Amino acid sequence: MRWKMESQRKQYGKALVELGKERGDIVVLDADLSSSTRTADFAAAFPERFFNCGIAEQNMMDTAAGFAASGKTAFVSTFAVFGTGRCYDQIRQSIAYPKLNIKIVASHAGITVGGDGASHQIIEDIALMRVLPNMTVIVPVDSPETYRAVKTIAKTLGPCYVRIGRADVPTITDENAKFDINQAPVMRDGKDVTLIGCGIMVSKCLEAADELSKHGVDARVINLHTIKPMDEKTIVRAARETGCVVTAEEHSVMMGMGSAVAMVLVENFHVPMKRVGIPDVFGESGACDELMEKYGLTVDNIVEAAHDVLKRKK
Amino acid sequence: MEVYDGEFIAELETIARHIRLNSIKMIYKAGSGHPGGSLSCADILAALYFHIMKHDPKRPDWLDRDRFVLSKGHAAPALYAVLAEAGYFPIDELSSLRKMGSRLQGHPCMNKTPGVEMSTGSLGHGLAAGNGMALAAKLDRKLYRIYVLLGDGEMDVGETWEAAMLASHYKLDNVTAYIDRNKLQLDGPTEKIMSLEPLADKWKAFGWHVIEINGHNIQEIIHATNEAKGVKGRPTVVICHTIKGKGVSYMEGSLHFHGKAPNDQEYAQALKELGGAP
Ligand SMILES: Cc1ncc(C[n+]2csc(CCOP(=O)(O)OP(=O)(O)O)c2C)c(N)n1
Repeated sequence: MRWKMESQRKQYGKALVELGKERGDIVVLDADLSSSTRTADFAAAFPERFFNCGIAEQNMMDTAAGFAASGKTAFVSTFAVFGTGRCYDQIRQSIAYPKLNIKIVASHAGITVGGDGASHQIIEDIALMRVLPNMTVIVPVDSPETYRAVKTIAKTLGPCYVRIGRADVPTITDENAKFDINQAPVMRDGKDVTLIGCGIMVSKCLEAADELSKHGVDARVINLHTIKPMDEKTIVRAARETGCVVTAEEHSVMMGMGSAVAMVLVENFHVPMKRVGIPDVFGESGACDELMEKYGLTVDNIVEAAHDVLKRKK
Repeated sequence: MEVYDGEFIAELETIARHIRLNSIKMIYKAGSGHPGGSLSCADILAALYFHIMKHDPKRPDWLDRDRFVLSKGHAAPALYAVLAEAGYFPIDELSSLRKMGSRLQGHPCMNKTPGVEMSTGSLGHGLAAGNGMALAAKLDRKLYRIYVLLGDGEMDVGETWEAAMLASHYKLDNVTAYIDRNKLQLDGPTEKIMSLEPLADKWKAFGWHVIEINGHNIQEIIHATNEAKGVKGRPTVVICHTIKGKGVSYMEGSLHFHGKAPNDQEYAQALKELGGAP
């Protein structure tokens, strides 16, 4: 592996502590997972602005809503499986609908949760969050981008969902990169096919692009860190210029990032497309690599999908 | 009150020790899992599966069997250990915990593991699911009973109390809930994270018959359950005072071993204390 592996959660903790120092309006809530999500770092620095709600995620979301309605900026954290589906109605009614200033930063998303198994491997959180009006949905690509995303959303009004993982992830962006919610960075230029990834799949797209270049295929790679609002301009331009698209996400192919891209392309610029992602099934216990392999999230899967769309392109 | 002879109790204590030993082995081999909460409930599981419950490991789908729901699903290693000990599947299979393709998932999966009655892992669902089974039993005029094991951290969950209300509303005297009152949850002591006391009064107020016992005393677990069987018209909750990590000295009362596998050295020490070979 050519990249350094680093923790997104650690950067989240660091960003939170800085925000706590910079701003008195920041409060943080967690649901008995603060040592895992790293909100414990904030709790240690600002105990009077940290609220552990216990194993009561629904209660936590509405409590956050009350804070936000009283002028606070609330960061809310737990595992992604408990911070989305379990309290969906609370998020819908009390956060998204009233458009409150709440940032749900959820860790342990996706199949790379590993050994805990299907009960903990949420592969539908992007779907759940992106269909909510007013909700911004961000999947930071690596650990420095997690830091930048958290600092950025703290300044952005309104509800936001940030999805991070359990495992360390390859660092593919540099410290000085900018984070703009409205701008999907092109990580590698190319003219034959576009590979759009989010989260840990972006590094796999870069590896796939290297592989493809051995076959004379010049692939463009986009880091679609913000699923909503989507940078449609960059996506449509890529489709127009390369003529075919592959998406890759550590999420169910049902209504995830790939589906969101497909909708944009179908209505704007129709090209051959393929979605790499987890099929419509629950996961299982296993090692991350084995799971990525079994559920179709490898570099080979992306390369194969690229060859497929290239074939279909006129 | 029935008196059980010492030999009988000693047998169940041996089973409990096997559950502890195998839980530790499984978690060590998997490299992850939840030792603390598996060790604290071992005695309750031993008493349930080796004395209290009417069940047949040869026929996991026997219609008249008693049902057990592990609401605190992260204690799956202890459940798998007792199921294997009872003969639902070979003891050897325990070492496949959390591995790719294993029937033993990180958290219980009813479609994969014989003897597992309900898929759990997300906390706070088990009591309600147990109520559903109890209502079904009443509807079918069946006499089987439902046993549900909850963590004390699950007392934080709103749904636990929704289920508590439902069980007493429907007079579910075929439900017995055990609370593994080890006083620790993930982030710290329960009374520091979300105070639960006075816990017994809360359950009483919700219409339950409440019994408090030492959850590591097999005799008391059996007596409490017998008492519960005699209570008509309302459900019973047994608050089992326990020690998280019970049986392995350095895990006892330790937050660190809530969800962490022992390292090589710790593993050797645990085996020694539990009287087992690797
Ligand atoms: C809904 C939900 N939120 C959070 C978690 C993560 N989690 C796993 S175990 C645990 C603490 C459980 O404490 P307790 O019920 O007291 O169990 P025990 O101490 O007996 O292990 C938490 C928060 C979860 N599994 N489900």
